[in-house]
Amino acid sequence: MSLLEIENATLRFGGLVAVDNVSLQVNEGEVFALVGPNGAGKSTVFNLISRFYDPAEGSIRFDGKDLLKHTADQVPGFGIARTFQNIELFEQATVLQNLLVGRHRHRTTGLLSNIVFSPKAYREELRHRAAVEEVIDFLNLQPYRDKMIGGLPYGVRKVVELGRALASEPKLLLLDEPASGLSVEETQDMAFWIEDIQTQMGISVMMVEHDMGLVSAVSGRVMALADGKELATGTAAEVQSHPVVIEAYLGTGEISKTGTSRA
Amino acid sequence: MRFVFKTSYDADISLFKHRAQAVWYGLLLLLVLATPLYFVLIGDAYLLGEITGMLILAIAGMALMLLTGHTGLPSLGHATFMAFGCYLNINLLGAGLPWLIAFPLSGLIAGALGTMIALPVLRLHGVYLALATLAMSILTSDFVVIAEPWTGGIAGAAVPDINIFGIEINRYSTPYKFYYLVLAVAILMVWFYRNLLRTPTGRSFTAIRDSEISARAMGINLTRAKATSFFLSATTAGLAGALFGHSAGYVTNETFDLVMSITLLLMIVIGGLGFIHGAFFGAIVVGIIPVAIANGRTFLSTTFDVNINVPGLESALFAFILVCFILFEPMGLYGRWLKIRTYFELFPFYRKDMFKRQKSYLKTDRVQ
Ligand SMILES: Nc1ncnc2c1ncn2[C@@H]1O[C@H](COP(=O)(O)OP(=O)(O)O)[C@@H](O)[C@H]1O
Ligand SMILES: [Mg+2]
Repeated sequence: MSLLEIENATLRFGGLVAVDNVSLQVNEGEVFALVGPNGAGKSTVFNLISRFYDPAEGSIRFDGKDLLKHTADQVPGFGIARTFQNIELFEQATVLQNLLVGRHRHRTTGLLSNIVFSPKAYREELRHRAAVEEVIDFLNLQPYRDKMIGGLPYGVRKVVELGRALASEPKLLLLDEPASGLSVEETQDMAFWIEDIQTQMGISVMMVEHDMGLVSAVSGRVMALADGKELATGTAAEVQSHPVVIEAYLGTGEISKTGTSRA
Repeated sequence: MRFVFKTSYDADISLFKHRAQAVWYGLLLLLVLATPLYFVLIGDAYLLGEITGMLILAIAGMALMLLTGHTGLPSLGHATFMAFGCYLNINLLGAGLPWLIAFPLSGLIAGALGTMIALPVLRLHGVYLALATLAMSILTSDFVVIAEPWTGGIAGAAVPDINIFGIEINRYSTPYKFYYLVLAVAILMVWFYRNLLRTPTGRSFTAIRDSEISARAMGINLTRAKATSFFLSATTAGLAGALFGHSAGYVTNETFDLVMSITLLLMIVIGGLGFIHGAFFGAIVVGIIPVAIANGRTFLSTTFDVNINVPGLESALFAFILVCFILFEPMGLYGRWLKIRTYFELFPFYRKDMFKRQKSYLKTDRVQ
């Protein structure tokens, strides 16, 4: 059984059909990529999974449970973590504090226990710190640990956002354009991390990405989307050479340009 | 510059970042504990009363700081919650409850009432929430008049003395005891506040302040977290109101008016939004301005025989100071202090833009 199953999902913004009858599965342990020109509806698919939007039709199941019966703030509880295309960090907090918020779904203490800082709250904090510290080590964030987000360079913020998602110890990680705006070296790091996340941590990944080099390097299956509709699904090479996909990209030049940026 | 080498997670979790910081706060504690000694020596406790008043303001400031500075929800109605706490305290004491029960209970009930009022408006954002709470503040005076059996209406109500296990405490007859009592409450509140900020509950508040969308994506229930923040804030404001009543001795429908609500908001902005320190710095400024104006007047009239009697002078000066702060020091007094400290710690390497928020990208669309 697949980890994530979207069936015939449709979402309209007024007259615009942003997601048009899309079905997809993400299997346990795989890296699944969603590609397509800007405005194809990729981020909207993520926002459907996050329950920010209600699909007009279709179903979304995760781990056998009906996500549509739950609200956005309950989604992380099932083990789904995400990043945003336009980084959404807690700007007036440090890197450490940002990652700690990622631990929110694992909290076991309540208000009273927090206010008086009960021994239980203290032990829980120690556990959160230990988990967060592992993420900091994994992503080499030590130099920025106590820095405010507001002053960090773009590339670091991208990594912090990945770290915050990882801190929640998800089963499925949704990455919305993890390499956009990154340098070649930073993109390389991102590729290694995604591989490690998949192979060593056993976390399934679903990502939206324009960099076809990164997509072919890390993902198993790729789905191409345009105007909210599925064009093709298969390996990166299959999708890239699919005539319908090439036609969809025709004139945008995106797929050929980014395809050669990484070997 | 001080390098903090962290050897265990305790270094992050503990109340003080390093030994020196603990020593400084220890000295501060000694200072506030010893302050009454000075007034005993000079034999005049008038100014101690003013200091006690500042502490009460600081508690109210902490209440608003939690909601506005840490959760990002503005309120122009916090005097209303102070009124709840004050009148509840009067009535519970009147019903014969001992102060040690009546006082916390009045805070908790004020918190519950505040949350009930806030729930429908919590969905509102920014300026709309400010307007809703503003409306509440405007109505407060009328409600105090309507609820005359409990509030004394326009004629007002006397606030009973505090009695803790037979120890009578009154602002005028036992100013020292009253000071220590208020100090104890303030310190307890700071401790609660600090604990909150280093545990999941407080982190969920600041998360909401900085990005609601991200907070939700991390599993934070916005309504619940906001309601919790409101409850804690209104409870603390209620406690401050009860103490304010004891300090004033007599309260009327005009005590907890709109001006007080606005003053609280000014206070935390001047002090520094988002820092517990800000509540205290703000309370000191707000407490000192009237004293300074009064002294200035006396000085002018006695020395130069100039009598200034402009109605609303205090408010005007106040507004002027606030505008100056927003223009020149948006991080408030505490922000200024942080800058000065960093300057000396890093001397001579301080850069002028060190505290500037870097805008390296634009958030065009929030959800994408
Ligand atoms: N909140 C919204 N309201 C209206 N239209 C939206 C909204 N979010 C996205 N859209 C539209 O839906 C389409 C798909 O957007 P999106 O999923 O962000 O594309 P992308 O594939 O580039 O991530 C676009 O045409 C976009 O303008
Ligand atoms: Mg997108």
